Amino acid sequence: MMRTLQTKAMRDLWHFRGQSFAIALVMASGTAVLVMALSTLGALRDSSAAYYRQQHFADVFVYLKRAPERVAERVRQLPGVLGVETRVVHAATLDIDGFSEPAIGQFVSLPARARPQLNQPVLRQGRWPAAVDEIVLNEPFAEAHGFLPGDRIVAILNGHRRELGVSGIALSPEYIYSLGPGALLPDDERFGIIWASRAMLEAAVDMKGAFNELSLTLQAGARPELILERLDDLLEPYGGTGAIARADQISNWFVMNELDQLTTMARLLPTIFLGIAAFLTHTLLSRMLTIERSQIGLLKAFGYSKLEIGWHYTTIVLGIVVIGLLIGFLLGAWLGWLQTNMYTDVFRFPVLIYYPRVEALALASAATCIAALSGAWSSVRAAVNLPPAQAMQPPAPPSFHKSVLARFAWGRWLDQPSRIVLRNIARWPVRAALTLCGMAASVSLLVLTLQWSDSLEYLSRSHFYDAQRQHLMLGMAEPRNREVLETVANLPGVMSVEPMRIVSAELASGHIKHRGSLMGLVSQPQLQPIYDDATKRDLVTPSDGVVLGSFLAAKLGVSSGDRIWVEILEGRQPRVELTVVDTVETYLGMPAYVHIDRLNGLLKDPGLVEYVSVLVDEAEQQALYEKIKEIPTIAAVMLRDAAVASFDDTMKENLMVFVTIFGGLACVMGFGVAYNSARITLSERGRELATLRVLGFTRGEIGYILLGEVALLTVVSLPLGCVLGLGLSNLMASAFNTELFRIPLKIAPSSYALAVTYVLLVTALSAAVVRRRIHRLNLIEVLKTRE
Amino acid sequence: MMATLEARGLTKVYVTGEVTVHALRGVDLTLEEGELMVLLGPSGSGKSTLLNILGGLDTPSDGELLFRGASLTAASDAELTRFRREHVGFVFQFYNLIPSLTALENVALVTEVAKRPMAPEDALEMVQLGDRSGHFPAQLSGGEQQRVAIARAIVKQPEILLCDEPTGALDSETGVLVLQAIAEVNRNLGTTTAVITHNTVIGGMADRVLYMANGQIARCDVNAERLAPAELAW
Repeated sequence: MMRTLQTKAMRDLWHFRGQSFAIALVMASGTAVLVMALSTLGALRDSSAAYYRQQHFADVFVYLKRAPERVAERVRQLPGVLGVETRVVHAATLDIDGFSEPAIGQFVSLPARARPQLNQPVLRQGRWPAAVDEIVLNEPFAEAHGFLPGDRIVAILNGHRRELGVSGIALSPEYIYSLGPGALLPDDERFGIIWASRAMLEAAVDMKGAFNELSLTLQAGARPELILERLDDLLEPYGGTGAIARADQISNWFVMNELDQLTTMARLLPTIFLGIAAFLTHTLLSRMLTIERSQIGLLKAFGYSKLEIGWHYTTIVLGIVVIGLLIGFLLGAWLGWLQTNMYTDVFRFPVLIYYPRVEALALASAATCIAALSGAWSSVRAAVNLPPAQAMQPPAPPSFHKSVLARFAWGRWLDQPSRIVLRNIARWPVRAALTLCGMAASVSLLVLTLQWSDSLEYLSRSHFYDAQRQHLMLGMAEPRNREVLETVANLPGVMSVEPMRIVSAELASGHIKHRGSLMGLVSQPQLQPIYDDATKRDLVTPSDGVVLGSFLAAKLGVSSGDRIWVEILEGRQPRVELTVVDTVETYLGMPAYVHIDRLNGLLKDPGLVEYVSVLVDEAEQQALYEKIKEIPTIAAVMLRDAAVASFDDTMKENLMVFVTIFGGLACVMGFGVAYNSARITLSERGRELATLRVLGFTRGEIGYILLGEVALLTVVSLPLGCVLGLGLSNLMASAFNTELFRIPLKIAPSSYALAVTYVLLVTALSAAVVRRRIHRLNLIEVLKTRE
Repeated sequence: MMATLEARGLTKVYVTGEVTVHALRGVDLTLEEGELMVLLGPSGSGKSTLLNILGGLDTPSDGELLFRGASLTAASDAELTRFRREHVGFVFQFYNLIPSLTALENVALVTEVAKRPMAPEDALEMVQLGDRSGHFPAQLSGGEQQRVAIARAIVKQPEILLCDEPTGALDSETGVLVLQAIAEVNRNLGTTTAVITHNTVIGGMADRVLYMANGQIARCDVNAERLAPAELAW
C-alpha cells in the first residue's frame, strides 16, 4: 500500500475528526449494546448451564399430595428415566426476632445421611445438618436477615413451634430466582428456602415413608412429553398436579426468559444504531469525495487504479469503524458488567462468571463493517468511476427548481433565508429524509426507554391496587372449612375477610390445552375481584361457567359463549365442560375464575376455603402479624405493601440504570445525526454563508440558514419519532409477552415530552458546537477560490 | 467633492507560521464621491488586500480608514457587519450567487436587510436581466451570473461598490457587458466605485487609475476622459 495515501487517509480522518468521531460514537453505541447483551447473555447462559450440570438440576418436577415411597420405584422403571429423587416439601410461617411481619419458609427435605442426588445445593457457609433439628438456609434469605451458622430460628411446623439451629447457608440451582407465593419478584426478607432433614420433616408434617415432590433426570434422547404423560397417569391417584419439564420450572423459566429478552435486545437495538451509522458514513463519505473530487482525478491521472483509490477511502471508513468498535467494546464490557451485577440481586448464582465476549466483538465488528462499508459504497463507487478529466473540473452547481416551493401558496411570503433552507431540503430529499429518520429514531428510542417506567408503574398499580384490594392474603396449608373465615375475622385489626380457593386444572379447547389453575371466588368479591383492566370494571362471578383472562382465552382460541373442558387436577379430579361467560384483561398469569361454590361442588367438598383475603386496620397491623405467626394452618402470607415495595425497589433501581444507559445512547444518536447534518451543510455551503456575511448578514442570520435545516428536520422528526416510539414499544412489549406476565403498553404524555426535550437539547448542543464554526468562516479566502 | 473613503498609512502584515508577508506597506488613498477608480497591479501586489480593508472585510495592522470622516479602524465585528450591510456593495470574480435562490431572490436577499433598497426587479432591469429573474444560477451563463451579482450589489443603493476582478472569469465580450453595467450604476446612481483588475485595458473607463506594486501605490493616472466600456477590447 502506498504510504503517502495512508498518510492522506490519516490526515483526512483528522480533518473530519468531529464528524468521524460523532459517527464512531453512534457505531460505538450499537456495538456497546451488542457486547453488553451478548456478554450478559453469555454470563447467564454459561453460568446457569454449568450450575445445572454440576449440581444435577432435574429435568422434570412433579408436585403431588402424598405418595408412598415405593411409588418412586415405579417411576424409576419408566423408560427414559435416569434418576429419581423424592422429597418432602412444606411451607411454614417463621417467627424471626426483630422482624414483625410473618415470613414464609419453604422447607425442602435433605436425604438422610447423604447429599441429594438431584438439585444439589451448594454449601456457602457452615456445614450440612448433623442433628435432626438443624437446617441450612438459602443464602439470600440468610443475608436479608443477617443469619449466620449457629443462629437459631423459630418455625411453626404443622401447628408446632420448633426452634431450629442454622448449620449452614447454601444456594441451589432450583432457586436461582426464588419466588414466594403470589409474588412478582423475589422478596428475600419474607420468603426463604430452608433445607432440613427428611426425618424431621416427615415427622413434623406427617409424611412418614411418603413424599410430596419428585425430581427426575432423563436419559439422553428421551422424549420428555411422553414421560410427562406417563408420570401424570402414574401419579394421578396420589394427588399429582401434573409433571412439569425443566423449561416450566419457575426459577429456570425466569432465567430463560431473561435470556430471551437479552436476545431480543441484541437483535433490535444494534440494528437501529448501525443503520443510522451506515447513513452517517454515507453522508460523510459523499461530502469528503465531493471536496476531494479533483484530487481523485489527479490520482487517477497519475495512474492510481480505481481499486487503489477505492481502498484508500475504505481505509478511512475502517478507521472510523475501529474507533467505534474500540469505544463500543469497552463501553459494552462495562455496561455488561453493570448489568450482570444488577442481575446478582435477583438471580443468585454461586459464581456468575462475567467477561466481555470476544464473539460479541467479532459479531459487532462484522456488523459495523458491513453497515459502514455499505453506507460508503455508493459514494466511493461513483467517485472512482469519474473520468479523471471530468473529476478535475469543479462540479456543476447543483440545479434547483421552484416547483417544490411553488406548490405552497405561503411560499411567496417566505424570506430568502427560509427559501434557502427549504430548497436545500427539497434539493437533497433522500438525505433530508434520512436525517429526519435518524432524529426520529433517536426520539423513538427515548420514548421506548422512558415508557418502561410508565408501563411498569401502570402494571404495578393495576395488579396491586385495582385488581387486588386486600391488604394481605393468607394461604392455608390445606383447604379448611368455612370456620376458618370466622377465625381470621376475629383476629385483631381484621375489618373484612373473603374466601378463595385455587386448584390446579387443565383447561382445553379442541386440541389446545393449558395447564394452570382455577380460582374460586364468591359471587361479588370485594377484596379479590374479577377485575377487567380493559373496562376498569369488576365482574360478577358467574354461578356457572368460567371467566378467562384474555391471554388464556387467546391461547385456547375461545371467546365469550364458547365452551371449554376443565379437568381439575386435585381431589377426585373431576372433568367438566364450562361456558366461557366473559374474558378480562390482566397482566399477570392466565387466570380462570369460577364460583367457589361451583368449584367445591365439582370436588364434592362443600364450603372449603384455601385462601383468605383480608382487609386490615393499619393501627392493629403489628398485633395481627403476631397472631398470624401463631396460627399453624397458615402456610403462606402475602402482604401487598411488601410486594409493592419489593416491586418498586427492584424495578426502580434496575430501571434507573436501564434508562440512563439507553437514554444516553439514544441521545448520542440524536447528537450524531444533528451534528453531522449541520457539519455537512456548513461544509457544502461555507462559501455561500461567507458570501452572505460579506453582504452584511449577521452571524445570527447566517446561523439561521445553517441550522434552520437541521432544526426544521428535527421539529418534523419529533411527532414522527413519537409515533415510531409507540410502535417500537409495542413491538418490545409483545416480544416480552409471556404466560407469566405481559407488559402493558402505557406511555405517559410526560415521557413523550421528556423524549422530545432530550432530542431538542442534543440538537441545540450540536448546533452550538457547529455554530462556533461560523465565527471561523474566512470571509476573504472563500471568495477568492472556487471550491 | 467630498471623500467617501479615506485611507491613511494602511499597513497589513500577515504572519503565517514563520513567514511574514507585508501585503500593504503604508497606503494612502482617497475615494471621492461618485468617482470610478480602477486598481491595477500584478498578483500579490496587495490590491485585493486593500479592497478587503476598504470594504470592511479585513482590518489593517496599522494606519487608519475613514468612512465619511468617521474612523473604522477600531470598529468591532458587528460594526463592520453593519458598515457592509448599509454602505458597501461587493462584486466578486466568481459571482458567489446562492445556488438555491433565483436571480431575483438573490437580489431580494439583500433588499430584505437593507435600509433604503430599490426594487429587486429594477436592479435586474439595470443590468438588462429583467427577463431572467426567475432563473437559478445553474441556468445562467457566467456573464449573466456576474450581472446578477452586480444587481445584488447595487440594489441597496450603496455609497460604495467594490468589484474584485469582476471580469476575471469571463471572455472579453461578456466582460464588456459586465463593465457596462458597472459604469451605468456609477453614472446613474453616483455610486463611488472601485474595480480591481490586472487587465490594464479596463483602466480606460476609470476617472483615476492606481497602479499597485509590492504593497504600495506606485503610480496614479488621471484620465482626462473616460472611455465607454464598449470601446474597450482585449
